[in-house]
Amino acid sequence: MSDTTSSGPMLAADGTPLKTSLARALRRQKLRALALIAPLLLFVVITFIIPIASMLLRSVENQIVSNTIPEATAALESWDSNSDTAPDEAVFQNLFFDLYRAAEAKEHTKLGTRLNYEQTGTSSLFRTSGRKLDKVGEEWQDPIEDIAPALKDGETWYAIMSGTGGEAVLEARRTLWNQMVPGQFEGDVGLTLSGEIAAMLPLTTAAYADWAIFEALEEERNVSKRDPWEAVYAALGLDMRDADVVAAVNAYDGPHAADLQLIAANLDQLPDLTLREAFADLDEDWLDPEVWQTIKIYSPNYTSGYFLNAVDMEKGPDGAQVRPENQQIYNKLFIRTLWMSLVITGSCIILGYPVAWLLANLPMRTANVLMILVLLPFWTSLLVRTSAWKVLLQQQGVINDILVWLGFVDDANRLILMNNATGTVIAMTHILLPFMILPLYSVMKTIPPSYLRAAKSLGATNWTAFWRVYFPQSVPGIGAGSILVFILAIGYYITPEIVGGTDGVFISNRIAYHISSSLNWGLAAALGSILLAVVLLLYWLYDRIVGIDNVKLGG
Amino acid sequence: MNKIKIVSTVSALSLVAGMAHADGHMASDMTLVSWGGAYQQSQINAYTDPYTAMNEGVSVTWDESSAEAVAKLRAMNEAGNITWDVVDVVAADALRLCDEGLAMEIDADEQLAAAPDGTSAEDDFGDLLVGDCFIPQIVYSTTFGYRTDMVPDGVAAPSNICDVFDLETYPGMRALEKRPINNVEWALLCDGVAKDDVYDVLETEEGQERALAKLDTIKDSVIWWSAGADTPQLLADGEIFMGSTYNGRLFAAIEEQGQPIGMMWDAQVFDLDGWIIPEGLSDERKARALDFVYFATDTQRLADQAKYISYGPARLSSAPLVGKHASLGIDMAPHMPTDPNNAANTFLYNYEFWADYRDDIDAKFQAWLAQ
Repeated sequence: MSDTTSSGPMLAADGTPLKTSLARALRRQKLRALALIAPLLLFVVITFIIPIASMLLRSVENQIVSNTIPEATAALESWDSNSDTAPDEAVFQNLFFDLYRAAEAKEHTKLGTRLNYEQTGTSSLFRTSGRKLDKVGEEWQDPIEDIAPALKDGETWYAIMSGTGGEAVLEARRTLWNQMVPGQFEGDVGLTLSGEIAAMLPLTTAAYADWAIFEALEEERNVSKRDPWEAVYAALGLDMRDADVVAAVNAYDGPHAADLQLIAANLDQLPDLTLREAFADLDEDWLDPEVWQTIKIYSPNYTSGYFLNAVDMEKGPDGAQVRPENQQIYNKLFIRTLWMSLVITGSCIILGYPVAWLLANLPMRTANVLMILVLLPFWTSLLVRTSAWKVLLQQQGVINDILVWLGFVDDANRLILMNNATGTVIAMTHILLPFMILPLYSVMKTIPPSYLRAAKSLGATNWTAFWRVYFPQSVPGIGAGSILVFILAIGYYITPEIVGGTDGVFISNRIAYHISSSLNWGLAAALGSILLAVVLLLYWLYDRIVGIDNVKLGG
Repeated sequence: MNKIKIVSTVSALSLVAGMAHADGHMASDMTLVSWGGAYQQSQINAYTDPYTAMNEGVSVTWDESSAEAVAKLRAMNEAGNITWDVVDVVAADALRLCDEGLAMEIDADEQLAAAPDGTSAEDDFGDLLVGDCFIPQIVYSTTFGYRTDMVPDGVAAPSNICDVFDLETYPGMRALEKRPINNVEWALLCDGVAKDDVYDVLETEEGQERALAKLDTIKDSVIWWSAGADTPQLLADGEIFMGSTYNGRLFAAIEEQGQPIGMMWDAQVFDLDGWIIPEGLSDERKARALDFVYFATDTQRLADQAKYISYGPARLSSAPLVGKHASLGIDMAPHMPTDPNNAANTFLYNYEFWADYRDDIDAKFQAWLAQ
């Protein structure tokens, strides 16, 4: 032992401190282990965790309203949602330009569809109004072009609007476009706005910038040669309603100032139409405060609306409220799904337990034959088995025919065994039975038969021996089978759809409807999230009451 | 003689089609989406077989996903990978796809063939051009069929839509589709609402309740179907006395399988089925899709399809060309929903109304079903 080693840290063979060397070796080991499970981990993350997370997110996401009509929703902030009149002109003016942009990009119908889930009629309101906004713009375009024919020409407009100092306006409008259609509007517009015009004619500049960005980046045309859309003329007319603007225009000496001054001198030829009236002309529903309530309630980026809908409630102006009784369905379906899954689990235990016992106790050769009988349906397609049940259960089906032939049932009063809850329970019990029998069997296989013999030789009756000695040892199998069957049953879709009729369908049938038919994915996601939460909650309860350690899938 | 004529028409048309779309390179693979079954087979016989015979090297893949086309196209669009080229959908779905920006807008006069007599495509299709993206193909109807051997003795066979609601004269089970569309219209019609007022009444809360109350009178005798094949099967098994389904399904059950089923055309609801081209295809694929659609929706092709299935061609100019069934040899015209004898009392699916009210009334309908 030399002094040098005892005073410094302990060193490994290569001279590094032993502690570091050890840590490095351990880290390498961990990394290797991680690398081994990496494929599985990646697979689980990509195919399981990310979809679930995105589903959870979808159930609260609601950016579409504020992204599509941003300025109208901002202006709507000050409107009282309990008011019994529609908002004032300022909101309609913003709506006009927002909706105009949305209609050009064909985004307004998406918003209409989204809001139609909450307020019936919004879909056609947005669709038809969006189409007719050009007509509203023409109210201004026609007189303006009559007064100043030079403004018919896109090149005149380009000359008026071009300059320097207005870059901020263009970028602000670009941000709005990109909010509506992410990432579509990058690149050079081929226009630099005049700061002077932007300050003097704010609406016109904004509308022109909107048009230029769309024309250059979406339609890929040269902005300097093209005629702007109708909304720009409407904006000019609206700008000119301000006396200060008129004064500024008269003092202006930039390009084509004469044309602008011509318009300022002939204001009496411009329509004195308000946009509120214009929208009311398009569709009187625009004056319905309920439409605006819905827009305002759903203008935040995240909403609890889908979750409220999923528990038979709705978002009103004063917060959550219960839906009218004739629209309540989801709570009933959730309760029915849980209850019927319990019934199915129970009947699986009752039917599966004796079979599993037989399997575990018969001689190997017979047990194997029996096992094949259990597994054969398990290997058959779910759809085939369900359709087979249809043939068996229907009123003119095999079971009813036999019962009638035997005289148990009158021909006129055949049993209704399907298109109701009974059909679902029968078919699903059969389909899920193997998931009960297999864990039960593997647990029973490990219970030594000598225990029963010992109990009997100590004086127990057959029943006591079974109930006090055998059954408690098989409980972990029942637990495992029940969890499997119950959780599978709660999410079942195809069997209830085929044999469930009206009172035998589950919540998953509604989820499927909203995914593939109504396209209300937010609501489907909310329903799915609630179902997931319920399953996790039940699992937790099971763990608390029975203990998850008591579940065995095998010896 | 006849054959020569057809061949020459085909080649003349293909020449026109070729001229219209020859510019630019076209993709050689095409994925078509349809409904499967006899309907898809009729499209293969009438459209794709002649098309691939004319365009060597073009291969067609079929996907039987039309029932979930809207949801799947939306998912494809979100994933940024559209794998379909031409999709067969009902008009209501075409309207929704158009609204969602998932289908390409079509200029009928520019992109579809004119009629042989020179009538423009827009006039030839007429009102059937629903929305901006829809390329009509067939007119089908949802109507009732009944078991002829289950009609009670001494009673005339059902011939009026309200016989569906008359359990006393016509006892027995019925099959209705598990959705409000069509059912609520029929209910109101039989509750004394005039045909022209049906949608005005349905717009109101009271009208919706009235329709459900009428349906309530037969609720215990109804089996609710969700697949078009259900009703023919239920009829064939004698499970139901009468049921609604698509007229082509009933035609197949009656004429091809010889089931004792009668048609009750009264108050049949016309609906349209046709093509859309998804938005966001590459230029080559778009050119191929347009070329195919130009060919597949011309006057002769639409008339040809009616040889295989009893759906009416969507073009006015195709109607006189409808001939006999390809294998049964029977005249197809009397089996078309548009035949004057069948179309005495009809409804046209109200697209605007259902686009708005679908979710609302469906919620109430489902709540009512679950009661």
